[in-house]
Amino acid sequence: MTSLVTDTRVVFSRELRPVIRDPFSVIFSMIQPLFFLGLFAPLLPGDNSLQWFVPGIIVMSCLFGSSMTGSNLLFEMQTGSHERMLVTPLRRPALLIGRALKEIVPMIAQAALIVAVCIPFGFELHLPGALLGLLILAAFCIGLGALSYTLALAAKNKEWLFWTVQQTLIFPLLLLAGVLLPLDNGPGWLRALSHINPMTYVVNAERALFNGDVLTRSTLEGVIAATVVAVLGLLIGVRAMQRSD
Amino acid sequence: MIETRELTKLFKDVRAVDGINLTVARGELVALLGPNGAGKSTTLRMLTTLIPPTSGSAQVAGFDVVRQQRDVRLRIGYIGQGNGAGHSQRGRDELISQGRAYGMTVRAARTRAAELIDSLGLSDVADRTVSTLSGGQRRRLDIAMGLIHAPELLFLDEPSTGLDPQNRANLQEHIVRLRAEHGTTIVLTTHYLDEADSMAERVIVIDHGRVIADDSPQQLKAKHVGDRVILGFAGSEEAARAAAAIGAQHEGGFIRLTAEDGPREAPKILASLPITPTSIEVTRPTLDDVFLTLTGRSLREDSSTPAAELVEA
Repeated sequence: MTSLVTDTRVVFSRELRPVIRDPFSVIFSMIQPLFFLGLFAPLLPGDNSLQWFVPGIIVMSCLFGSSMTGSNLLFEMQTGSHERMLVTPLRRPALLIGRALKEIVPMIAQAALIVAVCIPFGFELHLPGALLGLLILAAFCIGLGALSYTLALAAKNKEWLFWTVQQTLIFPLLLLAGVLLPLDNGPGWLRALSHINPMTYVVNAERALFNGDVLTRSTLEGVIAATVVAVLGLLIGVRAMQRSD
Repeated sequence: MIETRELTKLFKDVRAVDGINLTVARGELVALLGPNGAGKSTTLRMLTTLIPPTSGSAQVAGFDVVRQQRDVRLRIGYIGQGNGAGHSQRGRDELISQGRAYGMTVRAARTRAAELIDSLGLSDVADRTVSTLSGGQRRRLDIAMGLIHAPELLFLDEPSTGLDPQNRANLQEHIVRLRAEHGTTIVLTTHYLDEADSMAERVIVIDHGRVIADDSPQQLKAKHVGDRVILGFAGSEEAARAAAAIGAQHEGGFIRLTAEDGPREAPKILASLPITPTSIEVTRPTLDDVFLTLTGRSLREDSSTPAAELVEA
């Protein structure tokens, strides 16, 4: 007999298979973050600007990849394989959780790639902090992925709706998290918006952790923000999947 | 195997399925026939637990489709209108995942996948990405997906839509063989008349969400339409004389008669005529004639309203 765990494993490994078969697909969603890294980072003032900029780009890459992932489900809803899976005994929550968990794998690959590219340019890696940083990111991208799948389920056969909402949301999230420029000297309203953006706390935590500062307030806030996103995302996503036909 | 009671589905104000009572016994091969938007797919989607009925109930493979969804899902196979296999996946991988979804071990799923790949002639393409397969190959892969757990009851929704005649024949052969070899109960929807006619031993005609006829294709034709015997004569006068002798009407040089069993009755009719006709034609009705008689519309000309089509989609 199967359980939620084995069902989730079936969905997870099915989702992962095309990624492993075609690793290039991991790079596809990080083209934009790589552009920012190559064409924007050199404009930043200061000698160790990479140390500040790179953790943010890793979060950005996670945001882009995970928010797009719903399009895979959208495609499967159009071709019929989602319907086929709905008729199998796989538990509905597993159909969402397995997919969301898979987001961790491309996220880690992307983070590793970004770090590897930046080390020759003087980026210093503090491994223990970075590993904890990846754990926080893992929770964050599970939540984002779950929300992206929710959006796909809500958009149904309206592909334009999915992309409009996704594109409309990612840039404010990105800019308000202070990924590209610090918001410390920004106007009050901008900082207020930034404070209600969970991604702000994730970015701050990653900056502290990738620089080796593990036991900080930022870390704690990052853990809380990422956990909230993960829990909310999964709750909303599972509900949406249970209603899917 | 299937038992529905006043099964009904409303989409907003449209009664897509309007109180269907259906009983399907183990081992039957049943075709649900009707125009687009008649409610066939909606019925199938309720029976396969994809959508809940608005009212009424259905027992499938011994379990309630609303309260015991998992029990139903474990026992049925479903081949939908789309492609079951993900386009970015490989066929064999999808078959194995599908087996795992039904609780098979990896080893068992792999063995079963290999078996199905072989019997459905997919050996050359099973390890390719699904999106590179032809329509016919993908459809066969869909069939394999639906059969991975050797279900006792198999649903197929418009299985041959979009296939060329050769692939359609091939698919029908697989379905008929499946039934012969394993005794699988099969329920399929179709709007292809010849498909329903040649494969199913029971045709359920659905229109506007209701069952309007339910019988074997032969019985449906005999009961609702009958055979037609058309006698041709040298001229209108001869036809009139012959018609008078057998108590029939003539139209110009022709007499048109209906008969329950045309081929057997034609010689008797001939024998009772005072003059020999110049031609004789016996036509047997098609299921389209049945549909025409029952509804006043033809299945061939797509007579569905746009609203009804929306519902079906």
